[in-house]
Amino acid sequence: MNEAVTPIEAAIHLDRVSKVFGAGTDGSYRAVDDLNLDVHPGQMLAILGKTGCGKSTIFNMIAGLTEPTSGTVRVTGHDPFADFDFFRGKIAIVFQNDRLLPWRNAIQNVELGLEMLDLPAIERRETAQLWLTKLGLAGHEHDFPHALSGGMRQRVSIARAFATNASILLCDEPFSALDESTAGRLRAEFVRLVKENGKTAVFITHSISEALEIGDRIVVMKRPAMIAYDVSFDGGTGQEERELIRSRIGDVLAA
Amino acid sequence: MSETAPQAGSASAIMLLAVLKRLGTSALPFVVVILLWQFASLFFPRFLFPSLIDVFWRCIEIFSDGTMFKDVLATILRILAGLAGAFVIGGALALLMVRSRAVDNFLSPILTLFQGIPALSWVVFAIIWFHGVEFRILFIMVMTTLPAFTFQVLGALRGMSRDLMEMVFSFRPTRLKLFRVMIAPAILPDILTAWKVNLGNASRVVVVAELVGATGGVGYQLLQQQQLFDMAGALAWTLQLVFFVLLVQGALTLIENTVFRYRAVSERAI
Repeated sequence: MNEAVTPIEAAIHLDRVSKVFGAGTDGSYRAVDDLNLDVHPGQMLAILGKTGCGKSTIFNMIAGLTEPTSGTVRVTGHDPFADFDFFRGKIAIVFQNDRLLPWRNAIQNVELGLEMLDLPAIERRETAQLWLTKLGLAGHEHDFPHALSGGMRQRVSIARAFATNASILLCDEPFSALDESTAGRLRAEFVRLVKENGKTAVFITHSISEALEIGDRIVVMKRPAMIAYDVSFDGGTGQEERELIRSRIGDVLAA
Repeated sequence: MSETAPQAGSASAIMLLAVLKRLGTSALPFVVVILLWQFASLFFPRFLFPSLIDVFWRCIEIFSDGTMFKDVLATILRILAGLAGAFVIGGALALLMVRSRAVDNFLSPILTLFQGIPALSWVVFAIIWFHGVEFRILFIMVMTTLPAFTFQVLGALRGMSRDLMEMVFSFRPTRLKLFRVMIAPAILPDILTAWKVNLGNASRVVVVAELVGATGGVGYQLLQQQQLFDMAGALAWTLQLVFFVLLVQGALTLIENTVFRYRAVSERAI
C-alpha cells in the first residue's frame, strides 16, 4: 500500500474533500464524501470505479472546474479553483470526448493552449506541428474536425494537451468512445508520451484492463467517492501479481 | 486523353444545365409576378398599374440623380445606424442577462413589453419626446429592433456548448481570450442570422419613421408620391429599399459561406 506524502511533496493533495450538489435543498446529492488522496510527482494514477461513483467530480475538482463543498484540494501546493491564473500552462486535460473547436482546423486546435501562454505565433505553430507529427497526424494539419475520424480527433486533443508542456495531466476516460483497436494503440502511445515527458497523470477509467495498462497506481472508488482499494505497482510487477490485483479489483467493484 | 476530354465536356454541360435550372427555378416566381403586372398595366389606368418599363426608368433616374440618390443613402445610413445601435446595446444587455439571473429577471419582462409596442407608437412617442429628426428616427429604429437583437444574442450565448466552454476554461484564458477564441466564433452564426432578420424589420420600420417628420429619405419620397398619386414613383422608391436589403442579405450569405466553411454538410437534406 501507499506511503503517506505531505501536501508539499504531493503533486496533488486532497484533504477531507466533500462535494454536495444542490447543498441546502431537499434534492441534495453527496457525490464525494470526506476523501483523502495524495498523488506523487511523476505518478500515473488510475482512478477506477463504476458509473456514478464520483470519479468525474473528483476529476473536476482537481482540474479546478468544480469547487469542493468542504475540505482542501491542492495541486502543486495551490488551490486549482481559486488560483485560476496560476495554473495557466500547468494543468492539461484530455476529455472523454475530443472537444475540438469545430471552427478551428487540427493545428489551430492544438495551438489553443499555447495561445493562452502568449507564445509567439511561429513558436506556437512549430510546437503544434511537432505534436501532430508525433501523434501521426502529419498531413492533416488543415483538416477541420468534421473531416477527421473519431480516433484522429482524439489524437488531436491529446496533442493539444501535451503541447502546453503542463506538468499535470488529467484524463477523463479519453479512449472510451473509440473502438478497442484504436483505443489500444492510443493508450500505448499515451503511456509512452507521459513517461517520456515525466508528467504526473490522473486517469479516470471504468475499465480494469485499461487501469492496469496505464497506471502505476490504481485507486478504486465506491459511491459516494470513497477509496475502497488503493494499490501501487511498477514495471517489475509480474503477470501473476497483476492478475491478483485484477481479481481483487473485481471483488471490490462487485462488493 | 481522347476518351476523357468528351467526358469532361459533358460533365461541364451537365453542371451548366443544373445551374441554369436552379436559376430558372429561383427566377420563376419573379417572372410570373412581372408578367402579370405588365399584363394588368395594359388594361388598368397608369396610376393603378403603371408599366414596369416606366418603373425601370424611374429607378434609373433615382440612381443617376445625385439629389434623389442622397435620399436613398440617407435611409440606408439610418437603417445601419439603427441596427448597429440596437446590436451594441442588445449585445451588452444580453451579456449582463447571461451573467446575472437578477438582471435577466428584471430585463426580460421589459423587453417582452417593448416587443408588443407597435412601431407607429414609437414614432408618436419620439415626436412628442424629442426635437431632432435624426435622433427621433434613430430612437425609433433602436427601440423597435432592440428586443429581437437582445433575445437573439442571449439565445446564442445560452446555446454555447458547455463542454467546449469547460475545455477552453481548462487552459485558463483571460476574459479577452475567452471571448476571442470561444464566445465570438460560437455565437457568430446566430449574430449573422439576427442581422438578416432585423434588416428586413428595420427597412420596414425606417419608412414609417421617415413618413412622420423627415425631410428626406425613401419614406419621405414615398409620401410625396402618394400625394402626387404616382404609382410608378412609389414602386421605384420601394424597389430602392428592396435592392438594398437583397444586397446586404447577399453579402451576409457570402460571409456565412466563407466563414462557416468548417461546418460539415450532410448529403441528405432535412
